[in-house]
Amino acid sequence: MSAMKVKGNAWKFGDDVNTDLIVPGKYLELVDPYEMAKHAMEGVDPEFPEKVAEGDIVVGGTNFGCGSSREHAAIALKYVRVGAVVAESFARIFYRNAINLGLPALECPGIADAVSEGDELEIDLTGSKVVNVTTGKELEFMPLPEFMVEVLTEGGLVPYLKKNMEKW
Amino acid sequence: MGKTVSEKILSRASGNEEVSAGEIVKANVDIAMMPDLTTILAVNAMKAMGVQKVWDNEKVVIILDHVAPASTLMAAEVHRDIRVFVKEQGLKHLYDVNSGVCHQVLPEKGHVKPGRLVIGADSHTCTHGAFGAFATGVGSTDMGAILATGKTWLRVPETIKVVVDGKLPDWVAPKDVILYTAGQIGADGATYNALEFTGETIKDMSVSGRMTLCNMAIEMGGKAGIIEPDDKTFEFLNERTDGNYTPVHADDNAVYRSTLNVDAEALEPQIACPHKVDNVKPIGEVAGLKINQAFVGSCTNGRLEDLEVAASILQGRHVHPGVRLLVVPASSEVYLQALDSGVIQDLVEAGAIFSNPSCGACFGGHIGLLAPGEVGLTSSNRNFKGRQGSPEALVYLASPAVTAASAVTGVVTHPRDI
Repeated sequence: MSAMKVKGNAWKFGDDVNTDLIVPGKYLELVDPYEMAKHAMEGVDPEFPEKVAEGDIVVGGTNFGCGSSREHAAIALKYVRVGAVVAESFARIFYRNAINLGLPALECPGIADAVSEGDELEIDLTGSKVVNVTTGKELEFMPLPEFMVEVLTEGGLVPYLKKNMEKW
Repeated sequence: MGKTVSEKILSRASGNEEVSAGEIVKANVDIAMMPDLTTILAVNAMKAMGVQKVWDNEKVVIILDHVAPASTLMAAEVHRDIRVFVKEQGLKHLYDVNSGVCHQVLPEKGHVKPGRLVIGADSHTCTHGAFGAFATGVGSTDMGAILATGKTWLRVPETIKVVVDGKLPDWVAPKDVILYTAGQIGADGATYNALEFTGETIKDMSVSGRMTLCNMAIEMGGKAGIIEPDDKTFEFLNERTDGNYTPVHADDNAVYRSTLNVDAEALEPQIACPHKVDNVKPIGEVAGLKINQAFVGSCTNGRLEDLEVAASILQGRHVHPGVRLLVVPASSEVYLQALDSGVIQDLVEAGAIFSNPSCGACFGGHIGLLAPGEVGLTSSNRNFKGRQGSPEALVYLASPAVTAASAVTGVVTHPRDI
């Protein structure tokens, strides 16, 4: 668990970023995650896949990932190599999808005001801490339930279940 | 302490004597439903988990509805791969592209029963709470785990009680009740919660209208929408199921997170304005807005009574020359009923485009897209930016009656005013 740190620059999005915006409906026929990644955040910022760097952090407002259950949204963010999504709050299905894929989704009240676009962030998943390296400000996110930490540690529900099928 | 419907169903499904809101349980899934565009991802997840066969070939229901029939090569391939999977697994229930929207077909074909745990790989799975089931949507990896094991983990939700009393005024529909409710509760006001709808208005409401209410629980972030089953429910189910179910009722002293009271008699038709479902205004504040496309259909409002009210308004009138009116029945059963009752004749004579049952224009992936700068008025469930085509189009949500009346005048119109 000590390795569970994410470091990258912040990409800020507002409140109620729905999954139609993250991956529009016309791409739902895709099954290749790398193809989905080419359209990550297309409804908000079509250039996002070109601009984002590995490990960068998506910072959302309230109700991030609301709407459709399409896992394409969380898959696209993961395969465009986003390191974590931190938001004021999440919609339920997106939250599950992200954790299930091994993409940390962290509910962190105050994050929208504490971060500006491009700030360097460091997340300590075990310490439930987000540090804004650029400003020095430190925030705590809501600790994840033990089960979700286990899923994240294994890299998602697929590897978790592969290992723990008999416990399920 | 008294229990809500959700707590009781999740107690039974998890094999516990009693569970309470906030607990995380591992529950046995009674029905696992998948529509076309999320199935392959779930199947891939199941196989990646090292499991080759679904846990129960009678409890998995697949419905090809979003792109039906396939309008792109990619969709055709997805459908082909699903048909191969169904055959390979010996699945008992595939409803192919001629069937309709999953949330209409699932109860029509008798797969939904009171007290059951229904999990669907589609966010509007909450629709099935209209029959007293606990029904919720998940993503494809969760569904892959269900296909592999028949189980899923769920947090037992707190419940918000929505009490609707009074007689709905003329031209005010269940859709207006739920849009008003969404405006009051907010787009994330029910996140992680169940919504139980109760009151005199609900008792008087048809099964179709109740489905409209539960369908939109997700638009408030809700995990489930629930209505306790009654004689209307049983009448619907008795024609379609073996009757082997136990209705679940909330205890009188059940604990609710909060209660919202809605006075049905005071309601006007409601419009949800771009780009949020909770941006709801009474029709008077939006009336007169020019529209380019009107859509009656979807799992929210594509049932016979929705088509009938649209036809009653359009009969002897004509769709405005500046408007395209799309009408898409929610299922082949609805299609046949509409054929039989003459509704289709009225609609097509009035200039409507009548299409085969599918998700239609609801999700912007198949038919009826909006161009940049266009305005769509729709009886479906989401007005998100880009939902029905161009991100530069505007989508407004309304009842089928308001949608039909506005298709005649070319502007947002109260049905009493035409």
